[in-house]
Amino acid sequence: MEKRFESTDTYIATEDLMVAVNASVALERPLLIKGEPGTGKTVLAEEIAKALGKPLIQWHIKSTTKALHGLYEYDAVARLRDSQLGDERVHDISNYIVKGKLWEAFDLDEKPVLLIDEIDKADIEFPNDLLLELDRMEFHVYETRQTIRARQRPIVLITSNNEKELPDAFLRRCFFHYIRFPERDTMERIIAVHYPGLQKRLVTEALNAFYDIREVPGLKKKPSTSELLDWIKLLLIEDIPPEALRTGNKKDIIPPLYGALLKNEQDVHMFERLAFLHRREGS
Amino acid sequence: MFIDFFLKLRDARVPASLKEYLMLLEAMDREVAGYSVDDFYYLSRASLVKDERNLDKFDRVFGEVFKGIEALGEAIDEEIPEEWLRKLAEKMLTEEEKAKIEALGGWEKVMETLKERLREQRRRHQGGNKWIGTAGTSPFGAYGYNPEGVRIGQDENRHHRAIKVWDKREFKNLDDDVKLGTRNIKVALRRLRRFAREGAPSELDLPGTIRSTAHNGYLDIHMVPERRNQVKVLLFLDVGGSMDPHVRTVEELFSAARSEFKHLEYFYFHNCLYEGVWKDNRRRHAESIDTWDVLHTYPADYKVIFVGDASMSPYEIAYPGGSVEHWNEEPGILWMQRLLDVYAHAVWLNPVPAAAWDSMASIQMVRQIMGGHMYQLTLDGLDQAMRELSR
Repeated sequence: MEKRFESTDTYIATEDLMVAVNASVALERPLLIKGEPGTGKTVLAEEIAKALGKPLIQWHIKSTTKALHGLYEYDAVARLRDSQLGDERVHDISNYIVKGKLWEAFDLDEKPVLLIDEIDKADIEFPNDLLLELDRMEFHVYETRQTIRARQRPIVLITSNNEKELPDAFLRRCFFHYIRFPERDTMERIIAVHYPGLQKRLVTEALNAFYDIREVPGLKKKPSTSELLDWIKLLLIEDIPPEALRTGNKKDIIPPLYGALLKNEQDVHMFERLAFLHRREGS
Repeated sequence: MFIDFFLKLRDARVPASLKEYLMLLEAMDREVAGYSVDDFYYLSRASLVKDERNLDKFDRVFGEVFKGIEALGEAIDEEIPEEWLRKLAEKMLTEEEKAKIEALGGWEKVMETLKERLREQRRRHQGGNKWIGTAGTSPFGAYGYNPEGVRIGQDENRHHRAIKVWDKREFKNLDDDVKLGTRNIKVALRRLRRFAREGAPSELDLPGTIRSTAHNGYLDIHMVPERRNQVKVLLFLDVGGSMDPHVRTVEELFSAARSEFKHLEYFYFHNCLYEGVWKDNRRRHAESIDTWDVLHTYPADYKVIFVGDASMSPYEIAYPGGSVEHWNEEPGILWMQRLLDVYAHAVWLNPVPAAAWDSMASIQMVRQIMGGHMYQLTLDGLDQAMRELSR
């Protein structure tokens, strides 16, 4: 039996996430992860690799990435240059085949964790172009007429920020998990994992302020877990006392060092206006 | 094994396919998850639902199909400690309410009835006025309106059970029919974009040239057509009057639309299209544009999107002089038809929920004029509208 994925001392996994990960590991199907930005989608792959003791291969997708880039690239320019220079290597085309991330993952003797990060950034056809490769875990190199097969089917993890819809045929082959924004007690556990020994009172006040901010209607970008962790780190460095975080008093609705939480000048502006209104009400 | 469940999901329009169902069975076979209902819930959710918009539908179907199952194993005999209930009630109830309990026969009586009911009742219950459950007027259950109500089913030890998870319907906001933010609109509007490569080749295909040069051994130049966004859109926005509550939603759509198209022209109108439209809402009376000019300026390959609630008096559509703002020589319906004669691709987006359309005569009329192409201003509606436009 494989090792099962569970919460580690650096990552808190909810129960439904564990079931999804273990199912995809056992059935060797890709796992598609969606969720608000900053809820730990990318970190999850690292944690799975660490928990299961597997090597991690990361493939970060950009808008220009093509499916073929993950398999291999044929460096025609280098070959053209070599042919002008009369290099001997030019006769063997395999000298100019550059391995992609997928090939790299297929080549390993040990079962790796393959992260395909932000698949929605790529062209709309990108997932379709990878269907067969992810299904059978093999592909054909036309230039050398060889077929590459995975020695060990990698554990494939795919993240998406929902900027594009993914094709149905692709979705059907995956398990799916939506990382919900953590509830308060899960959040407390997450903080405990990242900053052990943090004053209980500071955590409580910070969480109060944090969830208050998330509740403010009309925010362009709600702060998420990663922003909360950054903010707490800042609070620690600056040595802010818990009392300063209490947003309940009308005088000062903007928490200190809010720059870590609010990433949008319109949001900051809105907050300042709210604070101003509160101050007027208070006086 | 779970075929009923699967079919019910399909009925609820969760697009689960046979392949996914087989995947679930395979996972069960391999004992990926434990034998509790919770684990099955998580496992089936991960394998059958592939889009967070469908999570809420899934939760509802799951709750319906497996209602009562979780109780069979665990919960029937579970006794609710009386002390705990009493403590809770004392905390929750005001003096006035406590007096009402007295009116019902006193605390002892209430507890006795509760125990009786608990014995009688063998399944989960919601609504109604007798059984223990949620949202009813019975004295027992959560979220009730009865002042002597006792909260049941909210206690700590039940807190982490999955029955709560799907009952909470946490993904409600992700359902298609609910949410419409700027980002979502972008996703939907992007469907409108077509990077159609057409026209004369005008760009040097550098990779193509290098590839074929390397293959052939001589310089072989390739050209590709320039990549250009071909979609042209005319946007007509209803402002003022009955639309004011919807202005925010419409503005979001508007701001998303502006960055999405190269050729985008927008005009404002009020309630129905007449002989004049305007571009600046503040100077609507001074700078009105003749609708004929609009029809003549923009060629027929423009696509037209109306955004409006179409809620008005039927006279405003059908009769000359029906407009509430000015005297219109010709009825709005005529102007609508003139526009539709020119532009074959046109849709109307309506912020009013579809369920209310039938009760409003003017909405039905506009819908008829648009040839049925009226869509709700939700992500789902937008999706359909964009699909219609890009046909």
